[in-house]
Amino acid sequence: MIERIVDFFGDERHATRRRRLFYLVLVLIVAADFLVSREHAEYLWEGLPGWSAVYGFGSCVILIFVSKFLGHQGGLMRREDYYD
Amino acid sequence: MTDFVHPALLFILGAVAIPFLEGVVRKVYLVLIPLLAIFAVLAIEPGSYGATAFIGQEILIAKVDRLSIVFATVFTIMALIGMVYALHLTRAGQHVAAFVYVGSALGVVFAGDYLTLYFFWEGMAFASAYLVFAQGSEKATRAAFRYLMVHVTGGVALLGGILVHGAATGSLLFGPIESNMGPGAYVILAGFLLNAAVPPLNAWLTDAYPEATVTGAVFMSAFTTKTAVYVLARAFPGTELLVWLGTVMALYGVVYAVLENDCRRLLAYHIVSQVGYMVAGVGIGTELAVNGATSHAFAHILYKGLLFMGAGAVIHVTGRRKLTELGGLYKTMPLTVALYMVGAFAISAFPFFSGFVTKSMVVAAAGQDHRALVMLALTMASSGTFLHTGLKLPYYMFFGTDRKLEAREPPRNMLVAMGMAAALCIAIGVFPGPLYALLPYPVDFEPYTGAHVTESLGILMFTALGFVIFLKALDPENTISLDTDWFYRKGARGFMWLAEKPLARYEKAVSDASETAVLPFLHGSARAGLRLDLNGVDGVVNGVARSILNGGGKLRRLQTGVVTHYALAMIAGVIAAIVVFAVVWR
Repeated sequence: MIERIVDFFGDERHATRRRRLFYLVLVLIVAADFLVSREHAEYLWEGLPGWSAVYGFGSCVILIFVSKFLGHQGGLMRREDYYD
Repeated sequence: MTDFVHPALLFILGAVAIPFLEGVVRKVYLVLIPLLAIFAVLAIEPGSYGATAFIGQEILIAKVDRLSIVFATVFTIMALIGMVYALHLTRAGQHVAAFVYVGSALGVVFAGDYLTLYFFWEGMAFASAYLVFAQGSEKATRAAFRYLMVHVTGGVALLGGILVHGAATGSLLFGPIESNMGPGAYVILAGFLLNAAVPPLNAWLTDAYPEATVTGAVFMSAFTTKTAVYVLARAFPGTELLVWLGTVMALYGVVYAVLENDCRRLLAYHIVSQVGYMVAGVGIGTELAVNGATSHAFAHILYKGLLFMGAGAVIHVTGRRKLTELGGLYKTMPLTVALYMVGAFAISAFPFFSGFVTKSMVVAAAGQDHRALVMLALTMASSGTFLHTGLKLPYYMFFGTDRKLEAREPPRNMLVAMGMAAALCIAIGVFPGPLYALLPYPVDFEPYTGAHVTESLGILMFTALGFVIFLKALDPENTISLDTDWFYRKGARGFMWLAEKPLARYEKAVSDASETAVLPFLHGSARAGLRLDLNGVDGVVNGVARSILNGGGKLRRLQTGVVTHYALAMIAGVIAAIVVFAVVWR
């Protein structure tokens, strides 16, 4: 069982089905976010359906590019023999 | 006192016997002691034990309350899991070190006064350093010395803080420092922050943990930082500084994780990030926040242990640790992949995994305390957590480019240990009740609301979308990242240069000067001294000696060698003494 699940996520044969499943999940999550009740939304964004999707995607992109910028342009990333 | 067995004692005294046991007996013993410790913690009653005095100070070996029980529970559980993971090792050294390490951590958790705390604090540093030394390579030895150097320095600072604070308040009992934040308290705080790996004092962790042995890193990931969280929660709840340090820390670890190529160093940066949630929770200091920090530490120990076990299994089997050299292992190690992913889902706070019911408490506490910025930053950090531990690391380690590595599942005991941790990660996520019941304050928090579930899934799955789209940008690179250890790694080199060049030149100049100017003077004065000695001092000494010799000759004439004379003389002396006594004292 476990082997088959792991295989589904690894094997190239399942790539198309994997992608379809992934997009379906994304759509379902956003749809569900519109349906759930938001009684005690204290902050502005908590009342916005789909906010978490935007924030999650945005965070991911910001983290990738800010970190890589710091690594390459900011000089944090060095050759492996830097300390030798 | 009789019904209290200190769990630290079980481990520390228990460690003595390990080298004398062999084979199966040792294996049984290694599992039995942590099991006994778990029962000892379960049976423990809140109260104070082992009160005594030392150098005029009150000592309280064990102060048991709800906060210490939570930490002791998870420490003993993790000790059991870690021991199972390390059962295949044939040499006793690492087992002994791990026992002392766990015992010391438990000693800190129960310490009722600063001296006991300090004693076990140092025990942890030395025992854990052995787990790095045991790796054996030159790189590991160097990292272990750096690790020791940092912790010994931190320990000395802590001791200094304790003494100053003790002198200021008149008590060394360990408890909340609220009103009187004197200089001593700040130094103590700094010592605690060092062990919590709060930037800029974080580099010892990410430097040393990836160099430790496969099994040693599992222990290290659990104990040092979490005892630091415990002492912070005990002594400094509600300290505003901690909120900001914790928030920065949560993002700091995530940023470095993007750059990292070494699989265990990536995980180590996520310890920094996750401990940030706990430090922020302690800093917020409300009941919900401290509950959140405590429960997150509980969950964190288990899933982080699991992640380190997964990465360790890969290193154990392939001998490789760099993401640029790994890939395609999912075919040969499917069980490891599945168990690792449970840990990854738990740390990312997917619904029905442990992180979901604990991390959200800290975030909710930040929200309740009207700290919108902290809340947003921590949410961003959870996106980063999933991005690295849940997507980047498994993708490049297990999937991605197939490097045709020869691999197989790790030894059975490793899989069993991972299975135990994974089961707990899921159990806590599905049934948070027992964990919530253990927390220091009553819990009025419901993690499973519709909005919370969809919000978490939205954050996580759209992070995955970002990962899929920008996969190429995340490709690991063959580099290392500069962190604050630069200051002492390059600084030490500066010191060595100073010792070799300017100091050596200075020394040469001094010795030259002494040869040309000082030596002749010294020779001259030595000669003068000799003359003085021969004529003046010797004359006096000889004179005294001669007179003693003469006196001795006269005395010798008094000696007859007959015992009765001596006896008579003694009796006469005694009588004389009695007479003198009687006359004077009458």
